[in-house]
Amino acid sequence: MALKNWALRKSLWVYHVNTGACNNCDIEVVELLTPRYDIERFGMILVGSPRHADVLAVTGSCTRQSQPRLQEIYRQTAKPCVVLAIGSCAGAQGIFAESYHMGAGVDNAIRAIDPNAIILYVPGCPPKPEAMISAAVKAMELLKEVKI
Amino acid sequence: MSVLAPIGTYIASAAGTLLVGLALRWYDRKLTARLQWRKGPPWYQPIADVLKLLLCKETLIPSTARGTGFLIAPVIALSSVAVVAGLLWSVLIYRTTVVGDLIVVIYLLLIPPLMTILGASASGSPHAAIGASREMKLILCYELPFVLALLVPVIHAKWSLQIGEMIRYTPLYSVSGVIAMIVAIFAAQAKLGQVPFDIAEAECEIMGGVIVEYSGAPLAMIYLTRAMLLAVMPLLLITVFWGGIEFTFMGILAFIGKYLLLVTITTLIRNTNPRLRIDQAMRFYWMTLTPAAVIAVILAIIGYSRAIGWL
Repeated sequence: MALKNWALRKSLWVYHVNTGACNNCDIEVVELLTPRYDIERFGMILVGSPRHADVLAVTGSCTRQSQPRLQEIYRQTAKPCVVLAIGSCAGAQGIFAESYHMGAGVDNAIRAIDPNAIILYVPGCPPKPEAMISAAVKAMELLKEVKI
Repeated sequence: MSVLAPIGTYIASAAGTLLVGLALRWYDRKLTARLQWRKGPPWYQPIADVLKLLLCKETLIPSTARGTGFLIAPVIALSSVAVVAGLLWSVLIYRTTVVGDLIVVIYLLLIPPLMTILGASASGSPHAAIGASREMKLILCYELPFVLALLVPVIHAKWSLQIGEMIRYTPLYSVSGVIAMIVAIFAAQAKLGQVPFDIAEAECEIMGGVIVEYSGAPLAMIYLTRAMLLAVMPLLLITVFWGGIEFTFMGILAFIGKYLLLVTITTLIRNTNPRLRIDQAMRFYWMTLTPAAVIAVILAIIGYSRAIGWL
């Protein structure tokens, strides 16, 4: 049991989902791969397919158009997985909250299909890479107790 | 007892190659990170990856997939590489050899790419279909120069197809051997699916291509197959080109040095080149490497028939 949790914690593969972000958060996510922040120290790598992913790094405010796509990607991800809602938009739809084209929001969209989903919020516009690393470390702490 | 001993050798060497392959996977990633001025993953990273995929993650089968072919392909690929590892180590340790085992090795090394195509086609994903078609073209590209390059040590070993016979010669210390080794290193690069030739996988254009639908335990099998291939290809090249291993202190040190040198070359090629298009790869293999391999074969034949050692 402890071995399972250790392995999951030490090897989180990230799939990046953009649900209508302005690209600022995405640039900051890419910053995590640079020599200064180097997220691979924690065994995290970016993968190309949600089937391989353990972490969905969601950016953007979850527009009406992208909400069903986000839910489909969450269904395609092999469980157990963690959702990182990166940026103010992904956390609470930011300044677009009362816009006509908004969906239910990242957390509500995912909770609608999986009530027990693990969702972490990284506020900021855009959040600093340090904040995202801190969220990743918190996710690892969280996965220590998760029953697999 | 006489039956159990070779089986035991095969199992032990396959397991050993697996561990060596995982260690080399880490070496590869760490070296890449250091080349990019990053810190890189800790030493247990490949073990954590494999354990996570095997124990924690669920195995998803797409509704459009053919379940049997999809699931059995990684298993066959892994077992064929395991057999190659057993064959090579039993030649290196006991010098046991059978007629034409080089041909068996070439065939068995062709199975993992074929199984990749089978699994990708069975997964029913359009991305995987594109990846499978690219993988097929890539096999057509590198297999011809690879076999031609392996013909050079065969000629040096007086037309013997036995690896146990070839291990007594070192073709690398001749002109034809050097050319053939360079060709074989490039072919191995494509067989491993490393970066300039990872056309079938292409993470940023077809999202992992051939492995896009795999998750959980089958993905762990693919990971292990790649790791074992990373250990087996330098082993094959050292065995046929570079005189294998001598079981003395200096001999083992030299073997480890050769091994790490070949893996480092692979990693350096991977880190200093962008991905090629499939037509560029085909032109490179057919127009550049195949003529080079033919020239190496001709030189080796001249050297053999006229008894000129340095050719």
